[in-house]
Amino acid sequence: MKIGVFVCHCGTNIEGTVDTAAVAEAAREFPGVVFATDTMYACSEPGQDEIIEAIKEHKLDGVVVASCTPRMHEPTFRKTLERAGLNRYLFEMANIREHVSWIGRDREANTNKSVDLVRMAAAKLLNNKPLHAKYFDMNKRVMIVGGGVAGIQAALDCADGGLEVILVEKTSSIGGKMAKLDKTFPTVDCSSCILGPRMVDVAQHPNITLYACAEIEEVNGYVGNFSVKVKRTATYVDWDKCTGCGICMEKCPSKKADNPFDEELGKTTAINIPFPQAIPKKAVIDPNFCIKIKRDKCGVCAKVCPSEAIVYDQVDEFVVEEVGAVVAATGFDLVDWTVYSEYGGGDYPDVITSLQYERMLSASGPTEGHIKRPSDGKEPKNVVFIQCVGSRDKSIGRPYCSGFCCMYTAKQAILTKDHCPDSQSYVFYMDIRSPGKMFDEFTRRAQEEYDARYIRGRVSMIYPKGDKLVVRGADTLMGNQVEIDADLVVLAVGAESAVGASDLAKKLRISYDAYGFFMEGHPKLKPVETNTAGVFLAGSCQGPKDIPSSVAQGSAAAAKVLAMFAKDQLESDPAVSVVDIKRCIGCGKCISTCPFGAIKEVDFRGQAKAEVIETICQGCGICTATCPQGAIQLQHFTDNQILAEVNAVCRF
Amino acid sequence: MSDSLTYAYYPGCSGAGTSMEYDMSTRAVCDKLGIRLTDISDWSCCGSTPAHTVDHSLSSALSARNLQLVEKMDLDTAITPCPSCLTNLKTAEHRMQKDAMREKVNKLLDTPYNGGVATKSVLQILVEDLGLDALKKSTVKPLKGLKIAAYYGCIMNRPPEVMNFDDPEHPMAMDNIMKAMGATVLPFPLKVECCGASFGIPRKDVVMKLSGKLLDVADDLGVDALVTACPLCQMNLDLRQTQINSATGAKHNIPIFYYTQLMGLALGMSEKEMGMDKLCVSPRKAIDAIGKEEKK
Repeated sequence: MKIGVFVCHCGTNIEGTVDTAAVAEAAREFPGVVFATDTMYACSEPGQDEIIEAIKEHKLDGVVVASCTPRMHEPTFRKTLERAGLNRYLFEMANIREHVSWIGRDREANTNKSVDLVRMAAAKLLNNKPLHAKYFDMNKRVMIVGGGVAGIQAALDCADGGLEVILVEKTSSIGGKMAKLDKTFPTVDCSSCILGPRMVDVAQHPNITLYACAEIEEVNGYVGNFSVKVKRTATYVDWDKCTGCGICMEKCPSKKADNPFDEELGKTTAINIPFPQAIPKKAVIDPNFCIKIKRDKCGVCAKVCPSEAIVYDQVDEFVVEEVGAVVAATGFDLVDWTVYSEYGGGDYPDVITSLQYERMLSASGPTEGHIKRPSDGKEPKNVVFIQCVGSRDKSIGRPYCSGFCCMYTAKQAILTKDHCPDSQSYVFYMDIRSPGKMFDEFTRRAQEEYDARYIRGRVSMIYPKGDKLVVRGADTLMGNQVEIDADLVVLAVGAESAVGASDLAKKLRISYDAYGFFMEGHPKLKPVETNTAGVFLAGSCQGPKDIPSSVAQGSAAAAKVLAMFAKDQLESDPAVSVVDIKRCIGCGKCISTCPFGAIKEVDFRGQAKAEVIETICQGCGICTATCPQGAIQLQHFTDNQILAEVNAVCRF
Repeated sequence: MSDSLTYAYYPGCSGAGTSMEYDMSTRAVCDKLGIRLTDISDWSCCGSTPAHTVDHSLSSALSARNLQLVEKMDLDTAITPCPSCLTNLKTAEHRMQKDAMREKVNKLLDTPYNGGVATKSVLQILVEDLGLDALKKSTVKPLKGLKIAAYYGCIMNRPPEVMNFDDPEHPMAMDNIMKAMGATVLPFPLKVECCGASFGIPRKDVVMKLSGKLLDVADDLGVDALVTACPLCQMNLDLRQTQINSATGAKHNIPIFYYTQLMGLALGMSEKEMGMDKLCVSPRKAIDAIGKEEKK
């Protein structure tokens, strides 16, 4: 084999602490290397052309590029080789940036380490063999998990692109957090008026199947061919018959059921349609509060239902959907703020969350759009907003900024003045974070036109005094302590990953960070991809996001799915395990250790043998390490290839 | 209530003086509940506020001297009723975990102290070692009809990493004890606010303002009395209550008990044994409320 070596400067990224010319010089002495040079930017167009010319001029049949991580540019250089007529697996990459130049400052030591890494790459390359991808069919249906605004956008874009979409929503209606909001910033337009029609589009789109009250139970398969088991939780109402007329709600005598849609601000009926614009507009019975289900009495809803839709003995059902791609759009939940005992830990009824305040402001909310103190129903005069409750607080393990609270607090201060012109709003803040189009202008408007008094400092405690709440905090600009007699306190509670996010991540085999938010493929360049092929992300499940960003991600994820499905077939990675049937003793150890179920037992002339299902194998190599006979080998990472690298680096 | 409830007892200087009734009632209550207190012989002052304000190693040495005496008694736990002593003893232990500080402090001592004695409040061992169930069982004269609020002061539970007991913002130990013994305990929103502490001497106006606020909120709640666990808090609220009234124009008349005094009554002991006669604001009204049916 004739090997060419290209040592990249990466501007000063590598050349700054590695003598690339010396690395190239040393590489010329390695077995098989017939050409070596240093190059300014190997990945640039002239850089790639230089590689192609060298392949032709020196009749190279293998190439080593010493540059950055293969995660960055291995696909780039593989394509370069293909353009020069070489098989893409006759390429090796030595990572002398992330593994060398970025982490060490000693130029001599860095240069020596780079020489070793190139020596290993060349030694492996001598053992490489051309590999060829196979092609397989895919199922061009997509499942979107989560029906908030990000999931709705992804579903509509995919469906408009002609794909068959399965939208799975945990609660009884799509709409997510946005459906609970009264207005949106910075335009102060009605949230349900802009979201409602999109929700109707979902219901009416011929390409979208909506499963509400449903969750992902199990995910099998691989990119292009997932098989997803969906659990449809019992609603005790036959939705094919339910017309959403709401008579059952009017007559239901159990009126103290939990009311998650209104953030537990007020109670609701045991049989319930959460809000007027709900999609699907179908009733659901909460079995914890239904008198019939709990005590076998009542049965009023069944008597009054004009379409005989009530089914008290309904049970959970499971459906299996075959899809080619999955978009996770499961959103966020609020931090449990009751850990702050200095704010009353939930004991003071007039200390509420910002989301509860949204429900209060909403015309379809529990107070029909009137701001009322939960304790006595009176209209408040002094309203105190406290920002960063559960955000930017290391002491409760939430060091990150939730990103949208500064903006919605400004919006709520503006709306407070609109609803109650005699009121006075106070906002305790740490910093005002408003980097968005028209955002900073908006927070200024709250202060200048709506007279919201912004106080920079934290609140140390809230305590009741008479029918008021005394809010004590620091004014760090004035350097003194302030106490405000508040009628209502609104906590801008921060975001955390949705309940059950980590369980879903495990089912989808995607990574999540220390806080449960799903990990994107690359923080800059792959914001909606994951490291699992065929699984994409949209919205706040990846990290707290406002509405425009969530919508943008919904569309981005849809674009990724559409691009993937635009191909006729998917290419399989040939770097998978292969069984040497002569050596295999049929012990089955590989079958039991494979995490993907990619190995099956076959009968070969009366003997048990292992066989790899190429499309399922993810190339992890566990079977290779397990096999007592060395009979199963991961292509492109065979024992011989790895030993060649070891020998190259341990020469003495 | 086993043999294991044996502790070295550190009364603190105020226990021997201004808060004699706290010391009396603590000893009597412990005796009744089968908790054995062994006095630390030749104990000395913990240094109180002045020592740690001036010099950390000196302050630690004063506490370490006492802890070293406990070590000699072959006991592993010292208990004290006073939160200020508790803070000093615990902070000394905490600081001396650092080698440099330990060396510095031990140079000041005749006998070096190497750490390892746990210091707890009497309150903590009542709740954690004895337990509320035992208290409930021992109650012979429940505090029924008595409406109180518990005031912990600012240092009983703070800083949490040193004190390591109860919630630093919302402690419940005294609330739970009083409830277990039959009292009606109202949630006191200022239970960890500062009373003004030793500012009573240099800046009386500060105490008037801060303690005055505590009494205002207590009156708003409509309690018969407050219970405290700190000699200084008790003094500011009780001894200075008339001063507060004349400074702020308020008309407070709220008895301020040590929680151990009420425990003693519930355990069947006499007012005399609990040192009720040492209180400045007459406790009569509150004590008479015990056992009476609630009106209205």
